[in-house]
This record gives sequence, structure tokens and C-alpha cells, in this order.
Amino acid sequence: MFTLTIDENSYTCQPGETVLDTLLRENINLSYACKKGTCHSCMVRSPDVMPPQTSQTGLKNTLKTQHYFLACQCYPEQDMCIKLSDQSDFYRMGTVIDNKLLNRNTILLVIAFEDAFEFKAGQFINLQRNDGMTRSYSIANIPQQSNTLEFHIRRLPDGKFSAWLHDEISIGDSIAVSEPRGHCFYLPERREQGLLLVGTGTGLAPLAGILTDALAHGHTGPIHLFHGSRDVEDLYRIDEMRQLAKQHLNFHYIPCLSGKQAPEGFAVGRVNEIALSRLPDLKSWRVFLCGHPDMVNQMKKQVFLKGASMADIYADAFLITLH
Amino acid sequence: MSKTLYERIGGEPAVSAAVEIFYRKVLSDYRINRFFDNADMDKQIAKQKAFFTMAFGGPNSYTGQDMRNAHAGLVKTGLNEEHFNAVMEHLGATLVELNVPANLIAEAAAIAESTRNDVLGK
Ligand SMILES: Cc1cc2nc3c(=O)[nH]c(=O)nc-3n(C[C@H](O)[C@H](O)[C@H](O)COP(=O)(O)OP(=O)(O)OC[C@H]3O[C@@H](n4cnc5c(N)ncnc54)[C@H](O)[C@@H]3O)c2cc1C
Ligand code: HEM
Ligand code: FES
Repeated sequence: MFTLTIDENSYTCQPGETVLDTLLRENINLSYACKKGTCHSCMVRSPDVMPPQTSQTGLKNTLKTQHYFLACQCYPEQDMCIKLSDQSDFYRMGTVIDNKLLNRNTILLVIAFEDAFEFKAGQFINLQRNDGMTRSYSIANIPQQSNTLEFHIRRLPDGKFSAWLHDEISIGDSIAVSEPRGHCFYLPERREQGLLLVGTGTGLAPLAGILTDALAHGHTGPIHLFHGSRDVEDLYRIDEMRQLAKQHLNFHYIPCLSGKQAPEGFAVGRVNEIALSRLPDLKSWRVFLCGHPDMVNQMKKQVFLKGASMADIYADAFLITLH
Repeated sequence: MSKTLYERIGGEPAVSAAVEIFYRKVLSDYRINRFFDNADMDKQIAKQKAFFTMAFGGPNSYTGQDMRNAHAGLVKTGLNEEHFNAVMEHLGATLVELNVPANLIAEAAAIAESTRNDVLGK
């Protein structure tokens, strides 16, 4: 018999019972539909110990490494602490150490922490203001010795939080940062696999982190980054990316402009259409899509139809909640 | 106890493999892809898994009434016999592609066929 702990409460998992059985017997509200490992509605997380292998069958690899598992398929092999959802609201304070323009409407914000901040490049955090207003932003770098996180923040017309970050936050200010979230990140496996990265606007932030991570892990397969916006003034880090492409023969950078004017060296058209026309067969590719929700959702379907497997498609749609 | 069709076809891994092939066929079929147009991919994949688990006679808690409810909105926008036949076609072709033996395909098709009236709201 093993003990299951959720928050402050403990429950006993009887021999032959799954985690789902125990929680249902104890009247814990957990959704489930099939009890056969198919629907994934009973997915929970074991932050401390690796769950049994069979309870992770069929999950995306980035979920597996974060110890997500299916409660209905899990016969515990030791005591487990269980998190029902990602909504842990633990914030820690960081200090802004840089805030500068990347282009006419995007800033680079760098936040430093006293202790190590564990995350995977490509994940996002929530920033919170004193009045409780909260927004999600993607981490643009890989874990650093200096415990710093980088963000790319675009000012939206009449956007409350982005304007506050642009206009009122300066070096030395402290700011509340949540734990990292999301499962759009690179795993150092199948290094010969092709990687397709497609982003609009500040969708480059998570992609830059993922790219740095893949290169640092010695990824050998081709890596294609398509970064799109309307006008050239809304792209950024163009020279750095071109430089990187010179240093790494397997890395290809294609800046795309959907507006009327496109100087030499830029592809003309929508970033997802350009990517699909240049890479017509995506069978066995790993795909990362970040930025505008319409682009992300359309492209998910398109890359799937071009052969990418659902388990290899990672996406972060920068959803805006209307308040 | 004899094994269920779901187990004989291969359980969860078989369902996952089938969903990928089947859903590509459905999304590429101009006769029916409009029904799946504005759907969130991840949620749809989960529903397709439910579809296959059901067609394989696997564990599911769907009743005829649930099938009616799930497709009622589609019936309002014109879901008819021909669309149903198209889905049956893709189900068969998918299982052939996966080298599922003909007798098991026939069993799965019979289960899917049995939902026809509920799906079409008749
Ligand atoms: C997973 C994730 C990752 C993200 N990563 C990044 C990132 O790396 N970089 C980044 O810049 N952003 C990112 N975002 C977006 C970010 O979280 C914010 O949504 C964005 O900064 C806008 O917040 P805001 O407060 O400035 O705008 P809001 O005040 O929320 O307004 C957003 C827009 O909607 C309009 N609007 C607001 N209310 C209404 C209404 N009632 N009717 C009509 N229009 C309205 C506003 O005019 C504005 O243009 C991410 C989002 C998600 C979900
Ligand atoms: C062949 C028999 C069929 C079976 C057994 C079946 C089964 C199912 C099941 C189990 C669901 C999930 C319900 C839920 O949990 O919400 C579902 C949803 C759905 N089905 Fe079917 N289906 C069949 C035929 C069809 C046909 C012919 C179409 C259209 C061409 C169709 C289109 C859809 C759509 C679009 C949804 C999602 C609805 C939503 O998003 O709420 N189905 N189906
Ligand atoms: S209840 Fe469906 S996967 Fe667990």
C-alpha cells in the first residue's frame, strides 16, 4: 500500500487500485472518460518521483519528462505526491537588470533571481503586477549561470500590461514571476530529426530559446527558423540570426514579410505559407509553432497534413484574453 | 474469457496509429472536412480517439443519446448519409493501411455502422 499526497491531504492507494480509483473512492474531483489510457482527460503530475512507465504511454515526450501521467493507468510503485493541475500560484520576486528596445515596438526585458530558476527553454511564466494583473510571457534564453531570464515584449495598441512593462518598468525594479509552465520545448533526443520553427512577432522569444537549446545539445538534423511579421521594422535579431546561420551549417534562417515592401534577403508572404512551400514533406519532423493564435492553429493542421505526427507538434498560441 | 476486439486490434497504440492516418484522410476530404474546420486540433484528436475506441468496441461510456447529442449540431448544418458513408470509407481504408485482418475490420465497421441512426439524428 502506498500513500498519495495532494496538497496537505493523504490517501491510501489499496493494492490493485489505480491512482484514479483511489481518488474517485475518496471523492476527489478528477475528470476521466475512458479509464483505458486513451482520452488523456485524467492526466496529473508527480513532481517528485518518476511515475511508472506504463502510466505515461501515449503522452508527448515533453509531458513525460515533466512527470505527467495518466491516473487511470498508474499502479503506484512508491509513495507519490500528486499535482492535479498546473495552477500552482507560487510567485517569486526577480529584479529587472535590463530593459531596452529590440525594434520600434518590442523590448528586451531581463530579470535576475538570487537563486537558480529551473526551466526549459521555450516555456513561459506569468508576470504579475501589484494590483494582481497577470500576463504570460515566454522565456527567450536557456538556463544561465547568472540566474537570468530574458523576455521579448511587444507593445500592443492599448495593451495594459505591455504598456506598463514598456513605460514604467525600469532597471532595478522588482517584479513577481510565476513558476515556468507549458510543454513547448526542446528535448535532446533524435538529434538527426528535422526541426521546423515558425513564429510571428514575439513568437521568436520561445523559438530563440528552443533554437539555442538545440544547438547547445549538438542537434545534427536540419533546423529551419521562419520568423514573420508585416513590416521589416517589426522583425528583430535579424543580424544575430544570420550570423548564427553562418556558424551552423544545419541552421537556416528565413525572415518573412507579409506587407507590401520587402527588401532583398527577405521572403515575401505569410510565414506559414512560405515554410510549407519550402518544406513540402514534414514526415518525421519536429515542429514548433509560436505567436499569433490564428497562425498557430492553422499551421498545426497544415503541418499535420504534410506528415508531421501530432506527438511531434509543439505549439504556444499567444492568446489574448479580452478583459 | 475471449479477448475484446479492442484488445485483438492492439489497444491504445493501435488507436493512436489509426487516429493519425484517419484524421489526415478526413481533413483532406472535401466532402466532409467542413465539419471539422474550426476545431481545435488537440481536442479533435482526443475525440477521434474516442471514435476509434468506440468503433473497436473498447471501453467507453457513450450511449446512443450521447452520439445524438455529439452530432446534433452537425445534423443541423447538413450532416447526411453520404457524409456518414465517407467516414465509413476512411475507417476501412485506415485499417487496411494498418494491415488489420479483414475479419477484424468487418467487426469494427459493423460497430460504427450500428451508430448510423443516432449520429444522423434519425
Ligand atoms: C503562452 C503565452 C505566451 C506569451 N508570450 C508572449 C511573449 O513572449 N511576448 C509577448 O509580447 N507577448 C506574449 N504573450 C501575450 C501576452 O500574454 C499578453 O497577452 C500581451 O502582452 C497583451 O497584454 P496587454 O495587457 O498589453 O494587453 P491587453 O490589455 O490584454 O489587451 C490586448 C489587446 O486587446 C485589445 N482589447 C482589450 N480588451 C478589449 C475588448 N474588450 N475589446 C476589444 N479589444 C480589446 C487591446 O486594445 C489590445 O490591443 C503570450 C501569451 C501566451 C498565452
Ligand atoms: C461512423 C460513426 C460515428 C461514430 C461512432 C462517431 C463517434 C464520435 C464520438 C465518440 C465523438 C466524440 C463525442 C464527444 O465526446 O464530444 C464524435 C464527435 C464528432 N464527430 Fe463523430 N462519429 C461518427 C460519425 C461522424 C460523421 C459521419 C461525422 C461528420 C462527417 C462526424 C463528425 C464529428 C465531429 C465534427 C465531432 C466533434 C464534435 C465536437 O467538436 O463537439 N462523426 N463522434
Ligand atoms: S480516463 Fe481516459 S486516459 Fe485516463
